[in-house]
Amino acid sequence: MTLNSKIPEGSVSQKWTNHKFGIKLVNPANKRKYDVIVVGTGLAGGAAAATMAELGYNVKAFSYHESPRRAHSIAAQGGINAAKNYPNDGDSIYRLFYDTVKGGDYRARESNVYRLAEVSNHIIDQCVAQGVPFAREYGGLLDNRSFGGAQVSRTFYARGQTGQQLLLGVYSSLVRQMNTGKVEFFPRHDMLDVVKVDGKARGIITRNLVTGEITSHSAHAVILATGGYGNVFYLSTNAMASNVTASWRAHKQGAYFANPCFTQIHPTCIPVSSDQQSKLTLMSESLRNDGRVWVPKKQGDDRNPKDISEDERDYYLERLYPSFGNLVPRDVASRRAKEMCDKGHGVGPTKLAVYLDFEDVMQRNGKDWVSEKYGNLFDMYKQITGENPYETPMKIYPAVHYTMGGLWVDYNLMSTVPGLHILGEANFSDHGANRLGASALMQGLADGYFIIPYTIGDYLARGGLQDINSSHEAFKTAEKNIQTNLEKMMAIKGTKTVDDIHKELGKIMWEYVGMARNKEGLNKALDLIPQLREEFWSNVSIPGGLNEFNPELEKASRLADFLELGELMARDALNREESCGGHFREEYQTSENEAKRNDNDFAYVAAWEFKGANNKPELHKEDLIFDEVGLTTRSYK
Amino acid sequence: MKITVQAWRQSSPTSAGEFVSYPVDNVSEDMSFFEMMDKLNNNLIRQGKDPISFDHDCREGICGTCGIMINGRAHGPLKGVTSCQLHMRSFKDGETLVVEPWRANSFPVIRDLVVDRSSFDRVMESGGYVSVNTGGVPDANATPILKNDVDLAFDAAACIGCGACVATCKNSSAMLFVGAKVTQYALLPQGQVERKNRVSNMVAQMDIEGFGNCTNTSACEVECPKEISVENIARLNREFLKASF
Amino acid sequence: MTWIFTFFQSSIGKKILMATTGILLSLFLATHLLGNLMLFGGAEMFNNYVHSLANMKPVVRFAEVILTLLFLAHIISGIRVTLENKRAKSISYKISPGPETTKLHSRSMAISGSIVFIFLVFHLQTFWYSFQNMHSADADFYDVVINSKVGYNNPLIAGFYILALLLLALHLRHGFQSAFQTFGVGDSRYKSLIETVAVFFWLVIPLGFISIPVYFGFIK
Repeated sequence: MTLNSKIPEGSVSQKWTNHKFGIKLVNPANKRKYDVIVVGTGLAGGAAAATMAELGYNVKAFSYHESPRRAHSIAAQGGINAAKNYPNDGDSIYRLFYDTVKGGDYRARESNVYRLAEVSNHIIDQCVAQGVPFAREYGGLLDNRSFGGAQVSRTFYARGQTGQQLLLGVYSSLVRQMNTGKVEFFPRHDMLDVVKVDGKARGIITRNLVTGEITSHSAHAVILATGGYGNVFYLSTNAMASNVTASWRAHKQGAYFANPCFTQIHPTCIPVSSDQQSKLTLMSESLRNDGRVWVPKKQGDDRNPKDISEDERDYYLERLYPSFGNLVPRDVASRRAKEMCDKGHGVGPTKLAVYLDFEDVMQRNGKDWVSEKYGNLFDMYKQITGENPYETPMKIYPAVHYTMGGLWVDYNLMSTVPGLHILGEANFSDHGANRLGASALMQGLADGYFIIPYTIGDYLARGGLQDINSSHEAFKTAEKNIQTNLEKMMAIKGTKTVDDIHKELGKIMWEYVGMARNKEGLNKALDLIPQLREEFWSNVSIPGGLNEFNPELEKASRLADFLELGELMARDALNREESCGGHFREEYQTSENEAKRNDNDFAYVAAWEFKGANNKPELHKEDLIFDEVGLTTRSYK
Repeated sequence: MKITVQAWRQSSPTSAGEFVSYPVDNVSEDMSFFEMMDKLNNNLIRQGKDPISFDHDCREGICGTCGIMINGRAHGPLKGVTSCQLHMRSFKDGETLVVEPWRANSFPVIRDLVVDRSSFDRVMESGGYVSVNTGGVPDANATPILKNDVDLAFDAAACIGCGACVATCKNSSAMLFVGAKVTQYALLPQGQVERKNRVSNMVAQMDIEGFGNCTNTSACEVECPKEISVENIARLNREFLKASF
Repeated sequence: MTWIFTFFQSSIGKKILMATTGILLSLFLATHLLGNLMLFGGAEMFNNYVHSLANMKPVVRFAEVILTLLFLAHIISGIRVTLENKRAKSISYKISPGPETTKLHSRSMAISGSIVFIFLVFHLQTFWYSFQNMHSADADFYDVVINSKVGYNNPLIAGFYILALLLLALHLRHGFQSAFQTFGVGDSRYKSLIETVAVFFWLVIPLGFISIPVYFGFIK
């Protein structure tokens, strides 16, 4: 199958307008005849479910959480971008588009990114109308701030809880539709399979996490908005339950997985303190505006940082990047920190941390100034580490934060399985090889509020959908397979816990498919992951029963998919013989240790087709064509 | 550190429960409370026993999924902190921690420390929204809003819906939760059109769900991890009075 | 009229009823205290005062009916709210939230209210009921209050009164401010004003009442 991205004709600024005019519509009276399943109720899924219900579709929404308000979209701190140009500093849709394509290191699809920038302004209008309390100035108008990768102030924010407020906005429009009965919400339901009839996605199989009941749900179209897969690394800034299962099961049903190796590592996280650590916490990137990053010049120097004199310190970012200094992009800052630690300059008990020091700015502007600007972050740091950053430098280390890769979608956000649409972080489309700050919220809401409600109509209006329900044979077969698979897992009764194996997978992924990758390491990962998978299927221990609330079973089922995804990530990283954005291949770097892109050979989306559990996946390429944005090399010297 | 966890064990919503004590050795001060629980659970699994179920997700104090009563304190002893942000350095070596699920008839226990808070969702369904459809809304800057009003609305909107207010309240009242949502919309121009219906419907649903009556003890304010003020309850009362007469 | 029924059936409506009756009863306490303080003026002054009340019987009777209704509404509503609240948390904690989260006076409204009620029954039975049967123009009410078997000169009776009034103070310590929170004026603008007025009701008035058994029961 060749990939048809269905990019509309016309100039980049006219594509979406033309497309909206060109697509088929479903008559308002007929919309109630269509059922749509939405899996995941975060920003993208929740917005899609609510908006489609407003339009008249019958929506069934599923979440493994107890309530839509728990989705991990809630944890986004910084803000949401839009090209409003309220500050009058020269922003425009075109500039937002340009910055996003460039920030993604030229591995995103231009047409999709332009559309994203185009609808960004409507998102802000919509959220304000819902009563989202964005920050305002004294005159009562909305406030903006600047964020990494942009030279304009285009980020709207609600204190440090923008994701929370946007999600609660989505949640409010969703509960309104639940109240009218147009959305039926299924809390604590895990999606375990996509069911196809006539090659088209017609429903899903779910497990009720409270009772263990396996149920089929049919519909005319299926939407997955199930987030990213950063937890394949075990430790990440993702929530504990964030997983790849929905995407991976869809992948096994024929949806191609695009650019799985594109993961974003965030440079300012609180370092791992022990092997009991369960998750990593992000500290806002804004800290690098005033903090100075350094390590001791002497290897293994474990003196108190106060006792290390100025000339014994290496402010390596300032040394390597005199013009950008501590403000280099996320990927660069992360890589350099790892490099310093690998060379033995790391600090703290694990030697996997670098200092972020505020002493200079405190001497310059006073403690109060720092406290006013960063007080809540300093408090959070103190709460978690027990150290007072006003007195001793913070210790930071990079952590997995976001996955740019995801299921391949065309311009209509439809995967390679007809009728199966993918939204938000779960798809691959808009961020290329690196996502800019404050763009994830924008993409989730754009997909959910303003894109899928149009494009799904086109799919449904084209017809050709059999009249079926969940008693169709395809559902029965799928249910049986799921049941067998779960029983098999429960029957292993081995000696290792799910966490034990997940931690091992995390170590392999971080070591060989992490911030810096090379051929040898990736091959090693391709060796180790199948072995670990083998061990999982022969030696995992899952307590409890199938037909009850069993969190260990949930975790095991998710880990089984991570164990397959990990291998695909390594394979994709091995295939991509270049360095771009969050993907750094040590073999492909400039003499100054910067990422070296290879546009001649790798300006494509790598979309992988599942070919069976023990077969190699097949690579399909979607060539990326850049009509608008010239391909240049990023430099921060 | 050495800790004893005395946990409520209940295998299903209908079964009887009991407290069971578990020793946990080699607890480091830097571990979070949940990491200590993870450690305990992994030990239990290795011994062929059922781990203790508890709800948690983001472990950054924002999703509102977690909520455990620790020694009689909702989310543990610290102020403005969720259970997941609590670290073992807040406890003493050798201490016994009695961990219980949120107790309220509107939050039935699902298993061990996990409760069903869908009553909150149903209260929200009854009116916790502004009725606008996607699209067709005015420009975001069309209506200026007093900064002070937005700030107050934000203080209320910061609620994470964890249920600590109901859990700690001797009456299991949900007034802080409902008050926060009603306040957010009452202070913003977007919320004006449905202002009266919203408060009437939300209070009616709150009563149907079986939450108790507020007696203004202010325990909710003390235990709220987002430090939401009981002024929001006063505002809810006022809004309800205005809507009723 | 269904709306008013609906209103008082709602949780906030019930609280409004508690608060309104509570505040009115507090105002009654203030007038009651004024009368009682005349005991310090001696037998003649006090007796004149009671006689003058007896001379406007219809007004007093009317006020008594209103007061009875207020008490009944306050008590019945209080019992109802307490029972409902118990039902809302039918399983209690092994370790219940304690002084870190709530003040004693806020936690103990039902108990302090109940004991004050028992006191009230005794109080009505001794003083109010005795007064009803004293019709002659030279009846000595002062003597009943101070010197009779149930009067303040009995240290046990005086002690009982003091205890009950301390509980009343505890009850009002929470109740008075709480009522304004229920009326929806608990926000910061009015908080300090309400707190100041509250001191008069929960501290000054009970102290005024207590001064009588203390003086006549122990000092004199």
